[in-house]
Amino acid sequence: MTVIHPNLKQTDPKMRASDVSVYYGDKKAIDEVSIDIPSEYVTAFIGPSGCGKSTFLRTLNRMNDTIPSARVEGLIELDGEDIYTSAMDVVQLRARVGMVFQKPNPFPKSIYDNIAYGPRIHGLADSKSEVDEVVERSLRRAGLWEEVKDRLSDSGTALSGGQQQRLCIARAIAVDPEVILMDEPCSALDPIATAKIEELIDDLNGRYAIVIVTHSMQQAARVSQRTAFFHLGKMVEYGKTSDIFTNPIEQRTQDYITGRYG
Amino acid sequence: MSNIQAPTRNEAFAKRLKKRYAAERMFKLAGLGAIAFSVAVLIFLLSSMALNGLGGFQRAELSVPIDLSEYGISANADQFATPSTVQALEAQGLPDIVQISAVTALGEDGASELSSQAWRDLAAQIIANPELARGPQTFNLPASADLAAGLNNEGSPEMQSLADQLANQGVLSENFDFGFLQRSDATDPQLAGIWGALKGSILTMVVTLVLAFPIGVLAALYLEEYAPKNRWTDIIEVSINNLAAVPSIIFGLLGLAVFLWIFPNFRSAPLIGGMTLALMTMPVIVISGRNAIKAVPPSIRDGALAVGASPIQVVFHHVLPLALPGILTGTIIGMARALGETAPLLMIGMRAFVATPPDGFTAPATVLPVQIFLWSDEIDRGFVERTSAAIIVLLLFLLLMNGLAIYLRNKFEKTW
Repeated sequence: MTVIHPNLKQTDPKMRASDVSVYYGDKKAIDEVSIDIPSEYVTAFIGPSGCGKSTFLRTLNRMNDTIPSARVEGLIELDGEDIYTSAMDVVQLRARVGMVFQKPNPFPKSIYDNIAYGPRIHGLADSKSEVDEVVERSLRRAGLWEEVKDRLSDSGTALSGGQQQRLCIARAIAVDPEVILMDEPCSALDPIATAKIEELIDDLNGRYAIVIVTHSMQQAARVSQRTAFFHLGKMVEYGKTSDIFTNPIEQRTQDYITGRYG
Repeated sequence: MSNIQAPTRNEAFAKRLKKRYAAERMFKLAGLGAIAFSVAVLIFLLSSMALNGLGGFQRAELSVPIDLSEYGISANADQFATPSTVQALEAQGLPDIVQISAVTALGEDGASELSSQAWRDLAAQIIANPELARGPQTFNLPASADLAAGLNNEGSPEMQSLADQLANQGVLSENFDFGFLQRSDATDPQLAGIWGALKGSILTMVVTLVLAFPIGVLAALYLEEYAPKNRWTDIIEVSINNLAAVPSIIFGLLGLAVFLWIFPNFRSAPLIGGMTLALMTMPVIVISGRNAIKAVPPSIRDGALAVGASPIQVVFHHVLPLALPGILTGTIIGMARALGETAPLLMIGMRAFVATPPDGFTAPATVLPVQIFLWSDEIDRGFVERTSAAIIVLLLFLLLMNGLAIYLRNKFEKTW
């Protein structure tokens, strides 16, 4: 079972997963994970490859729905609402819970249209000036405005990898989500671009609940305040980041953070 | 360390390396040979077509001086504006006028040296330009098929010498025949034209495109994006792949049995031809469309879903625009195949002799490949060159379609 650090103060969570299991066909990829995700902190999921942390992340905005064989059991709530009932519209859910992927995936459209796409389809900004405003605000928040303000009509795919990833973050925040899920957002980036993204996560912290999956323990230590350690589909340990890294309770956590396996 | 021989530095390795390079050179040469062979065949095909076909765009014409005003054919422009002008001119005795003028100018055999329908050509000329009827004019009128053959050093020896003699007098000459692109089929090769078949082809292609493109693209989108992956979709997929391989004449039989049974009055019509060819083109579009849709990176779909796009928005905002170049390529391949198709159209009656261009989708028509087939079957030597000319028109039409496809593909192509 999951070890929850005793000094973790459980405040009113933004998202709550209770006994969530995920199956791909007959294979159980996630085994009864329960976690509270706070709204005011960055939560990091760490663990070795194939431990299910990305799978679990994708259940939080139902991206697993696109995989026909995937099946989710258990309860996931966003502000107390079950997100897997028919009462929760999946389109609305994804507008509330945005996502940034491992590989930057800007649309092959202009930088402007990349940002404006979400607000436009949801009808959040209608007039040209409103859209302009959203685009500028999102790009500013993503720390990209100064670099691209003179070439908004250039293709988003023409940017460098790090810029593309920040563009994707700007695209996610353009619809004003409550939660942003990041699936190893820096794994395809060089150290400088990674540093910029981490800085950006710091800036966004507090405005949005952020959940980040990462391979790099250093990154988890740098950007997060809460850390959950996953292993073989189970959540082994969850607590304050500082506690997990300096004072792990479970032997497996200890082994992983000291680099015995991974 | 130095006494250990690295396995990549001995004699045997060098030998194997040589062999590998030799294999590569052989492969390159074989590929180059294949390309050279295909280019040579293509050049041979195009040049022989061009040499034969250019003659088909010309025809033997006799210069005949005619003064229409003398015979009371009035030059009133209003009179020429009515649709039945040709009949009116016939009633005014135009065929006789042509014959009398020919006898006057060329001697007593003059009338038979002209094509029997030469007056129609004259009628067309004066309808186009009523001024010509005002006074004495020299008209170039089509020679008879026999005389035209004589000018090409074919046919009977008497005709050949007569043709030479007339040519020396400067009365008989080969002129570029603009009318070939404006007239329709005729029994006399001197009067045959391609416009009827070309227009038939265009109308048929429009029907095919309008039916096959949307149905094919929607089917491809549904199968790729929405259809559950189960036994039924597998069966549908196999069926569509088989459909693409069905011999075209079978589609012709289907068109005959189904479409002409439903619309018995539209025999030979581009509408039915287009519907039949659409059946044939659709599987090609579905298959290429599915491949193009599959090639859209899943990360783009994920990105769109993650900002809250509904599945249909993902499809129409992202997947379809990115797949469009591939879909267009498949469509053009299918359309090009349909354009060159003869067999199914023979089955639904588009092989009829159609002497007037179709004036709509339901009028009797023929198409370019069928016209080529019909002309190649004619006994008259004059049709040999006309056939080649028709092939050139067909190839140019194809080239135009492919050019359009390449333009559209480059226009929609995006990189990511």
